[in-house]
Amino acid sequence: METATLNNTSPKSNFKSEEYFINMGPQHPATHGVLRLLLTIDGEIIKKVEPDLGYIHRSIEKMCEKDSYQQIVHLTDRMDYLSSHINNEAVCLAVENALELEVPERVQVIRTILGELTRLSSHMLWWGVMGMDVGALTTYFYGFRDREMINDIFEETCGARLTMNYNIPGGLMHDIHPNFVKRVKEFIAHFKTKLPEYDRLLTGNVIFQKRTKGVGILSKEDAINFGASGPVARASGYSCDVRKYHPYSALDKVNFKEALDTAGDSFARYTVRIREMWESLSIIEQLIDNIPEGEHKVATNAVIKLPKGDFYQKVETARGELGVYIISTGTKNPHRVKFRSPGLSNLSLLNHIAVGGKIGDLVATMATIDIVVPDIDR
Amino acid sequence: MKILSINEWLLSFMPAGAASITEMVLIALIYLTVFAVLGLYLVLLERKVAAWFQLRLGPNRVGYKGMFQTLADALKLVSKELTGTVKADKFLYNLAPYFVIITALMALSVFPFTENLQAFDINIGLFFLIAISSIGVIGILLGGWGSNNKFALIGAMRSGVQTISYELSVGLSLLTMVILTGSLQLSEIIEVQKNGWLIVQGHIPAMIAFMIYMISGTAETNRAPFDMVEAESELGAGYHTEYSGMKFAYFFLAEFINMFIIAAIATTVFFGGWLSPFGITESIPFMGIFWFLAKTFVLVFLMMWFRWTFPRLRVDQLLTLEWKYLLPINLVNLVLMAVIVWLNITIQF
Amino acid sequence: MSYFSEIYDGIKTLLTGMSVTGKYFLNSRKGAITQQYPDNRDTLQMFDRFRGEVVMPHDENNEHSCTGCQKCELACPNGSIEIIWDRVVDEETGKKKKIIDQHIYHLGMCTQCGLCVDACPSDAIKWAQNFENSVYDRTQLTRVLNKPGSKVRAGVEE
Ligand code: SF4
Ligand code: SF4
Repeated sequence: METATLNNTSPKSNFKSEEYFINMGPQHPATHGVLRLLLTIDGEIIKKVEPDLGYIHRSIEKMCEKDSYQQIVHLTDRMDYLSSHINNEAVCLAVENALELEVPERVQVIRTILGELTRLSSHMLWWGVMGMDVGALTTYFYGFRDREMINDIFEETCGARLTMNYNIPGGLMHDIHPNFVKRVKEFIAHFKTKLPEYDRLLTGNVIFQKRTKGVGILSKEDAINFGASGPVARASGYSCDVRKYHPYSALDKVNFKEALDTAGDSFARYTVRIREMWESLSIIEQLIDNIPEGEHKVATNAVIKLPKGDFYQKVETARGELGVYIISTGTKNPHRVKFRSPGLSNLSLLNHIAVGGKIGDLVATMATIDIVVPDIDR
Repeated sequence: MKILSINEWLLSFMPAGAASITEMVLIALIYLTVFAVLGLYLVLLERKVAAWFQLRLGPNRVGYKGMFQTLADALKLVSKELTGTVKADKFLYNLAPYFVIITALMALSVFPFTENLQAFDINIGLFFLIAISSIGVIGILLGGWGSNNKFALIGAMRSGVQTISYELSVGLSLLTMVILTGSLQLSEIIEVQKNGWLIVQGHIPAMIAFMIYMISGTAETNRAPFDMVEAESELGAGYHTEYSGMKFAYFFLAEFINMFIIAAIATTVFFGGWLSPFGITESIPFMGIFWFLAKTFVLVFLMMWFRWTFPRLRVDQLLTLEWKYLLPINLVNLVLMAVIVWLNITIQF
Repeated sequence: MSYFSEIYDGIKTLLTGMSVTGKYFLNSRKGAITQQYPDNRDTLQMFDRFRGEVVMPHDENNEHSCTGCQKCELACPNGSIEIIWDRVVDEETGKKKKIIDQHIYHLGMCTQCGLCVDACPSDAIKWAQNFENSVYDRTQLTRVLNKPGSKVRAGVEE
């Protein structure tokens, strides 16, 4: 779509256009939480986007320094709350690697299944909200309908719907619920009929395509330079799936394709996520029928002390690469914990790709970057 | 026939001038009440329909199955405090809602709801409707400008752009049909349709005109997928961000009455107004109202269906759609219709 | 020509979208996914593992199995559990024994992480499935889990 710009240097024109500021957020429907964007606009055209963070900063990293390693896990629920299970897993893996603890195969498989379910549920919510951001309110309810089934699975097995805290260093808090396998299979069968519907309702829609194609283009170089990860980077052709390159848990036992695209626009980011949903479904299908028997955890000391040194573990959350960096001095508390959150790096490129578009483009771009504000602030 | 009898009854004890004024006031009051209530129930209908599209139940608490929900909402809005911004242009800010609601109600006066039930049968009826419905946008512009809020201003400016463009399509698509009827007077347009509804009479060009009319009519009422003016995910609430209480209610009600008007015009011009299909209930008086409302509500439902399915266009795409697609097609269509009328290949019963 | 095919494709995709929502509209009678809370209070059943609130079950003799070992207090990340304990002389053995005076649980601070229940060696505390925990005064959120006059069940050792 061509964009007409006001030519304010033309000698013929007596009109001058002026730039002005507008405050998007901290309470604005499109910022999905308390994110403030300071926009400089000229008419409808965006000249500059300055994200202003910190409205939901809870100093989680500092809190970790006084907590034991078991306790750190539950704080990560509150970072990217849509991938809480994967966040938990990251910390547990970091601790287990540091202790050189081998968790049973059963635990690995269950962790992977739950991780993919988390990814699916996060993407469903994103899909619903994406539709809402571009003005199709009904998608929100369809997305939530399917997400509800996953939430039920989590609630039955983990005891909570959002802040699961099901992983503990050494395994899982308790074994999976007897209904787990049955419910997951029901869900897969259900969702396989619903996912094509997502396409028919939104993906194919001509208005939606016009709104997203060619909007917010991110080149591969920029994706790498800004440290983008997850679907945002993969849509620009930067193959960076941690699940492929540094497989953790049972991910090295499954076959799946990394969803890649080269267009780098909002529509590419959208389709990459839709394809990821298919991949996640296939990963779950490969694992659900052969969950090995065994213990659901290995015993650890009641007080975990990591050896001296620093430890890094990265995982692929629904938003991208989450890194957990722990410096230990050999005591029961970490000396320093740093979370490399995908949301922050992905947000940092917003200014780069939104400038020159309209306000509507900014909203569509932001929706496809899929930010979760507590993940950005921590 | 009803109205005539009121006139005679009044004349029996009043001088002619006073009688006609009383009569006008009476009719205006009746229309006001009826359509305020109609507006409220349209809101309820929209909420119910939206709920059914979205796998929800919709309002079901106040009254039987939520029948009084919007009445309760209206009461709440009446009793709410009117807030506004400090540096607002008070005069324009307060004037804006009245512009919107009054023009919406005025347009209703020319519709023939059934035979002889028409408050005001002027010979330029259709023209009057188009004219009146474009005055409403002034209210939106005033509101956006007067409330001293950037979001409201952006919304208002978008509305200006949108209405100026889509006015053309509404006008031209109706003009296409006027070629067929040869009259702008609504009662006569219906008279013509006794030989078959215009959408049948004018076949292909009439259908194209109907599609264009529905698209641009939705745009005229600022409803999704053309709700750039409100665009809640972009502008918060758009032009009425700073309005509260009853002033907001006026904007809100006007949106729904406008939707009714757009559907009512389509009913009158394309679907035979109050005429029953194949004349099945012609002998029963006042069945016309039923048919008129039935057809109108089907079209209203269609507009709701649009709203709850489609994403919103971007503002420049809105203009592309109008100037690159709707307008050229419309002009060609107009010629096509003229040719059809000239060669006399309309379908008549 | 692409002009017309574009229009045709556009209209086709729009109609596809409308058919999806239209299908749900027609089936809306049986398809509502929302729950009529609080009307369905009686039938609303949470899953067994749902973490609503920490409780300490007592048996019919008003006995619980908390030995006052304080493992839960240590496991809690945010100090939601406080144990006030005492040492008494066991009459039979004559040895000093730790008993709890009050097991105080601050529901208002609890993050429902489940570490305390996991840590308890004698399964003295468990999760209740109630979720309607709002109160008017937040002091009501501070609860003493052991009932007045209760004592530890015989045989439960630290
Ligand atoms: S659930 Fe967690 S936060 Fe709550 S009391 Fe137990 S350990 Fe503390
Ligand atoms: S509740 Fe359990 S962990 Fe806590 S003091 Fe009692 S026995 Fe120990």
